[in-house]
Amino acid sequence: MIQVRELTKFYGKKAVVENVSVNIHPGKITSFIGPNGAGKSTLLSMVSRLLDADTGEVLVDKKDVKKMKSNDFSKRVSILKQSNFMNVRLTIRELVSFGRYPYSRGRLNAEDIRIIDQALDYMDLMGMQDSYLEELSGGQRQRAFIAMVIAQDTDYILLDEPLNNLDMKHSVQIMKILRRLVDDLGKTVIIVLHDINFASVYSDRIVALKDGRVVKDGPTDDIINSDSLKEIYDMDIPIKQLSNCRICVYFNS
Amino acid sequence: MKKRYLIVALIGLSFLSLFVGVSHITPMSLLDFKSEETEIFLISRLPRLVAIILAGAGMSISGLIMQQLSRNKFVSPTTAGTLDATKLGILVSMLLFANASTIEKMIVAFAFALAGTLLFMQILDRIKFKDAIFIPLVGLMFGSILSSVTTFLAYRADVIQNMSAWLQGDFSMIMKGRFELLYISIPVILIAYLFANRFTVAGMGEDFSKNLGLAYRRVVNIGLILVALITTTVVLTVGMIPFLGLIIPNIISIFKGDHLQKTLPHTALLGAIFLLICDILGRVLIYPYEISISLMVGVIGSGIFLYLLFRRKSYA
Repeated sequence: MIQVRELTKFYGKKAVVENVSVNIHPGKITSFIGPNGAGKSTLLSMVSRLLDADTGEVLVDKKDVKKMKSNDFSKRVSILKQSNFMNVRLTIRELVSFGRYPYSRGRLNAEDIRIIDQALDYMDLMGMQDSYLEELSGGQRQRAFIAMVIAQDTDYILLDEPLNNLDMKHSVQIMKILRRLVDDLGKTVIIVLHDINFASVYSDRIVALKDGRVVKDGPTDDIINSDSLKEIYDMDIPIKQLSNCRICVYFNS
Repeated sequence: MKKRYLIVALIGLSFLSLFVGVSHITPMSLLDFKSEETEIFLISRLPRLVAIILAGAGMSISGLIMQQLSRNKFVSPTTAGTLDATKLGILVSMLLFANASTIEKMIVAFAFALAGTLLFMQILDRIKFKDAIFIPLVGLMFGSILSSVTTFLAYRADVIQNMSAWLQGDFSMIMKGRFELLYISIPVILIAYLFANRFTVAGMGEDFSKNLGLAYRRVVNIGLILVALITTTVVLTVGMIPFLGLIIPNIISIFKGDHLQKTLPHTALLGAIFLLICDILGRVLIYPYEISISLMVGVIGSGIFLYLLFRRKSYA
């Protein structure tokens, strides 16, 4: 369990995250949603130690993240940021191998290699493991990064807008993979999403932020309703039930 | 680009380099230990070869580290002001201590090289517009500013001609007793190899490094210290060698990618080979005179650099 306690972050005099307390339940997908500038990415960055909070604390399995060694932390929590723009020429396999860095410091043993093979296999990347990242499409590259995180083998996986710049097919593919990571491998996934419908269809819990504060926090079914969405987005959004998906029709509201 | 081909080429060229020159030396004449040929061989030819190999490998690796840490393929000691800062440091050491010893010069120049490189990295952090070409341009401007300060000080102290003469990269002055400082680059290159994986991770950005539990700042600082050390020793013994740190890592990157643990040996080897070729050409072209290495590398290197720039459209 990740416990966020009264976290606050100022940029200049403006609080981008203000007094946020959230519990992240293990073995579930939790989506952070909210309008632009709500503080979703900042919150994610503080949970993953990329940013220092001004006040408050984050506990991972009851331990204060600030007191954890960075090596131990990187075996428990991994984060993928939204812009994985890279001009480093690495092959997929080399990238995935770096997922083992916290364990092996670059000296891969047989166990590391087995895990790397497994991760490549799981993401269906074996056939192109020697391609350079820059030669890949956006969806393939995102899969390569997720394979790296799988090799990193952390209980908690944090993703900052992983669907950015992906087309529909690849977005669905990535979300299905994340679902499998939770259902098959027992991972805990926290994800910042822009598209409310991906959050509705794939996540177990939703945390909605607005102006740096948590406005809603609960199981997906409790959040995806017109009243809550009105509060979060200031829009009247009708909800349509399609088989077992709840779809928010926001396009003309 | 196989490592063993590079090693064979290096050995062949080294052999050639040892027996090219004004005084005629053949392998047979070395059998007589007391002969004049043997003496020239030991005092001039061998030190020259060692200096070329160390300087070539060292400058290429400095460039490789800088490109990785700044995440820009066109950053190198030449295009980030490191060379100019070193030059300023050497001048300052000469002005401060009338008869500066090599070690005193070394320490002051190293401090300047490191400070200059750190300053450039600070500028880099503040630039929002991180265009591949724009950043080295900023570096060149920064270098020119440092260089103009150097020229001003040298002018005031009346040592301009002096300076421009010995800062021109030149191996013809390398002799026993005047190049040993370059040996510092051997442990530095070994340390760089030990840090290769960390540099590769750091090259993927601060967030990426932190995710993998890497102490990003510390690794960057260690990298810059290594770069400043190599640059200082090379400039002090050989002089300025432009472009080397720029083109060699780029060529290797095209063929072998950017996994430093795999590419570092290749980069070092190709750097030494390239410098050897330039040096041999410089000695042969206007025989019995000699074209200085900085001119040779400048001409050939800028040609290759232009080619890389045009090629970039299709590959980067």
